[in-house]
Amino acid sequence: MSMYDTFRYPEVTAEAARGMGLKPEEFEHAKKIIGRTPNYIELGIFSAMWSEHCSYKSSRIHLAKLPTKAPWVVQGPGENAGIIEVDGDICACFKVESHNHPSYIEPFQGAATGVGGIMRDVFTMGARPVASMNSLRFGKIDNEKTRSIFEGVVAGISFYGNCFGVPTVGGEVFFNDCYAGNPLVNAFSLGLVNKDKIFLAKAEGEGNPVIYVGAKTGRDGIHGATMASEEFSAESESKRPNVQIGDPFKEKLLLEACLELMKEDWVVGIQDMGAAGLTSSSFEMGAQSGVVLDLDKVPTREKGMTPYEIMLSESQERMLMVVRKGSEDKVKAIFDKWDLDAEVIGHVATDGYVRLRWQGEEVAALPAAPLSSEAPKYDRPYARGEYMDELNKPVDVKEPDHLKGVLLKLLAAPNIASKRWVYTQYDHMVRVGTTVLPGSDASVIRIPDSKKGIALSADCNSRICRLDPRTGGMAAVAESARNVAVSGARPRAFTNCLNFGNPEKADIMWQFVEAVEGMADAGKALDTPVVSGNVSLYNETEGKGIYPTPTIVMVGVIDDVEKAVTSTFKLEGSNIFLLGENTDEIGGSEYLSIIHGIEKGTPPKIDLAKEKSLINLLVEAAEKSLMLSAHDTAEGGLAVALAEMCFGEKQMGVRINLEDDMRTDHLLFAETQGRVIAEVGGLNSAAFEKLAEKHGVKCTQIGTVEGAHIVIKHQGRTVIKAEVQEAADKFLNTIGEWMK
Amino acid sequence: MKAQVFVKFKNGVLDPQGQTILGAVNRMGHDFVKDVKVGKFFEIEIEKCENVEEKLKEIANKVLANPIIEEFRIEIDGDN
Amino acid sequence: MKAGVVVFPGSNCDHDCYHVLKHVLGMDTVFLWHKDADLKGVDLVVLPGGFSYGDYLRCGAIAKHSPIMQEVTEFADKGGYVLGICNGFQVLTESGLLPGALLRNRELKFICKYVNLRVDNAGTAFTSRYADGEIVRIPIAHAEGNYFASEDVIKELEDNNRVVFRYCDEYGETSEGSNPNGSINGIAGIINKSGNVLGMMPHPERCAEEIMQTKDGFHIFESLRKVIKGVL
Repeated sequence: MSMYDTFRYPEVTAEAARGMGLKPEEFEHAKKIIGRTPNYIELGIFSAMWSEHCSYKSSRIHLAKLPTKAPWVVQGPGENAGIIEVDGDICACFKVESHNHPSYIEPFQGAATGVGGIMRDVFTMGARPVASMNSLRFGKIDNEKTRSIFEGVVAGISFYGNCFGVPTVGGEVFFNDCYAGNPLVNAFSLGLVNKDKIFLAKAEGEGNPVIYVGAKTGRDGIHGATMASEEFSAESESKRPNVQIGDPFKEKLLLEACLELMKEDWVVGIQDMGAAGLTSSSFEMGAQSGVVLDLDKVPTREKGMTPYEIMLSESQERMLMVVRKGSEDKVKAIFDKWDLDAEVIGHVATDGYVRLRWQGEEVAALPAAPLSSEAPKYDRPYARGEYMDELNKPVDVKEPDHLKGVLLKLLAAPNIASKRWVYTQYDHMVRVGTTVLPGSDASVIRIPDSKKGIALSADCNSRICRLDPRTGGMAAVAESARNVAVSGARPRAFTNCLNFGNPEKADIMWQFVEAVEGMADAGKALDTPVVSGNVSLYNETEGKGIYPTPTIVMVGVIDDVEKAVTSTFKLEGSNIFLLGENTDEIGGSEYLSIIHGIEKGTPPKIDLAKEKSLINLLVEAAEKSLMLSAHDTAEGGLAVALAEMCFGEKQMGVRINLEDDMRTDHLLFAETQGRVIAEVGGLNSAAFEKLAEKHGVKCTQIGTVEGAHIVIKHQGRTVIKAEVQEAADKFLNTIGEWMK
Repeated sequence: MKAQVFVKFKNGVLDPQGQTILGAVNRMGHDFVKDVKVGKFFEIEIEKCENVEEKLKEIANKVLANPIIEEFRIEIDGDN
Repeated sequence: MKAGVVVFPGSNCDHDCYHVLKHVLGMDTVFLWHKDADLKGVDLVVLPGGFSYGDYLRCGAIAKHSPIMQEVTEFADKGGYVLGICNGFQVLTESGLLPGALLRNRELKFICKYVNLRVDNAGTAFTSRYADGEIVRIPIAHAEGNYFASEDVIKELEDNNRVVFRYCDEYGETSEGSNPNGSINGIAGIINKSGNVLGMMPHPERCAEEIMQTKDGFHIFESLRKVIKGVL
């Protein structure tokens, strides 16, 4: 009996392939590539490598439309994370990634391991993680199940990030019914690395040892990558034991040990074991030369694990590395110092094959490169859904009499209300680098040994994306860039996490194509390429898809971190300017959703040239220290943005006079793009207006900071007068009250 | 009447707490300790009623344990 | 003078403390590895925040058995200055260098935010740069900072002015609302009988520079620097 036979694997048939998620034509293609029927272990590898999650088979041809280059881009998409220059040789390495499906099955562990996974992606490249963010989406907060998922996800992020010791500096939380059965957890990590210390996933040099390091391998999450590529159904219940457990303490040790090791020049290549575990890491590393792995040497946590399970396990906190021959003992000594096990489990080959052995006998062999280069690639049919006409019909609602009540209700709307309940559970200050704390438009961290800082903002308004995915994709890029610029930083590059429904449905695929193209246009216009990202499809439960949700995290650089601008009023008597123009574009607003229960209409349009000028103005105004505070108008529109600016450490009031000729509710609550409110001291006002003129940005003084009320007049009539204290209580406490 | 519920990770689920404590105990020189599993223990004061075991199982399944990753054992009074 | 920052596996404020001591205060500063039984001749030991051993047993419970802690205990017994911040405070109570214990926060959640503290004893080596009753803003970041001790220990602490920092509101009043974690008497930091070992949950190293929200934490390190240099 051969070694393979001792494992008693089932016979490999088209049926078995389908059971692992491979379509009949994909199974045929697999046979063609290797010229025979794969055995069971190999079939598992094909299935994992060709899952949507690993192969991007539905999205690749469209992702190619995104801009990826700029002089400051050091590493674009394709590696574990993207890298840009921030100050000379100091680079930022970052990526956002989804962990949606695991977080629905087990919110706490799903979110925790999402955070762990993305941080491993970053430190695998040699970068020390210095900031985390996340973008979270749940059903409506008045639903108990939603609250329990929300609570679990936040606790999981807090547990992992806090223990690991990286500040979670911000993010976004969005509630909408469409996420009730399919919450989204997108985790972002950013690290710093010197240009000459960047590590890639490659196995080179015949005979160089392949070392396994970190946690032992268990049966966690086998076929997690395929799970992430399927719709939810009642059947997913039975897949529940696949949950992975996160161990942030182990990962912290792994980080310190890896960074210590990377100071030496022993490491040839390194890759973390994320989705599809040892399979994807070994095939990625071995793509050039190939590797031979002795799977019986892989440290396991459970007895009787077979090659199939070892190759597909998604146990967390594990890395694979290739080091120079002869350095094994020195490498092991470093891991020993950090109480970590490191095992030599194989070596680099020359024939381009990944060969798997068990007790010396080969049990599987596949050519590494074709598995990725010949992975299925689909140009799926796409078409605008017929229901779009109905969705985009102009909305006509009666104007409410009591606009103060509307404002207070909006400030208490979960999508607008302060996310303080969330971010106080995250350690957002560890590493003493966070100079603008969560709560402003962007969070800012300083860079050690540099005057510069990095500003970060995560954004996506999925309601806009649903009504007009092209505009929505553009808006996500534009808004995140604006948020970064409002803080005084120049937007440099972004990472994206594209969360969509089932791409095999033409209307969903249309949303995807439109959103990606919108994003590409905005990225080009604003000079912000994409450097990393991930795609999460099949976000549907029982056939009901989520709103298209292309999350963006924008990374910007501010030349002098001490000049960063925050979003709350600073000085009684200072002037308030509106940059940009008010327009009558109420479609898709939070106002329509919360007050009128309507999520329809045509969302506000975006003028990318104007966005660019606005960004230039904001960056220069911050550089010249002309603004005391600045805030972008987003969900809730102008009135909400003004109110939010009143809720600083020291609460302040405003008096606003608006003269625009349009319906008051539309003026106050439309979410028109390209607008920023800036607070400017009296002495700087003339210079500020002049600067706006230079950049061709419309700049209107609309009021002053004064008193203890939010007073808004429209064409001479007082339309809102609210006590700041009362409004602030609503804004600050709503989410905490729900979560009691 | 008293009931006791013991909750621990299912076999095969990673128990980072147990592993870390095991490491610490071993480093103190206690090599005879081969594994540590961390769990939770609930002492529950109850009234005599019908189907008490069934009811406790439901409580354990829905509240005390996370059946996705944990298993539990119930002891009622002196009943082992 | 020389300061040492202890590094346990899982410490994560070690670099922050090192940064403040070395770059902000300009002290000669070294890291002290938990496996080494050597304090490298330091005049001040800082036990930093973090999650030593993941806090997987009780916070600080495993760290107290490490070789470095035996040295720290001897050093403290001889009058050496020891500052325990957050997890460091937990290590100090677990090791018996300070009385009491830190329980889970009243709301059972991790809390990270700036809080008001009242300096109730400005006569210590750690607080001489403050005034008695001064209100300072220093952030907390912990899930287990709820100070607990038996009644007689609390009485002993209070009677001997050993509660150094107390959570308070912006006017210096202690109340349920200004107590973030449920600590008895709003206790945020205490000192040992001999006045050379201080443990506190708030993080002074996170607000010791101009660019931070406040610079109120700076004075703890500055007080220590002056005392050790013999200026005071």
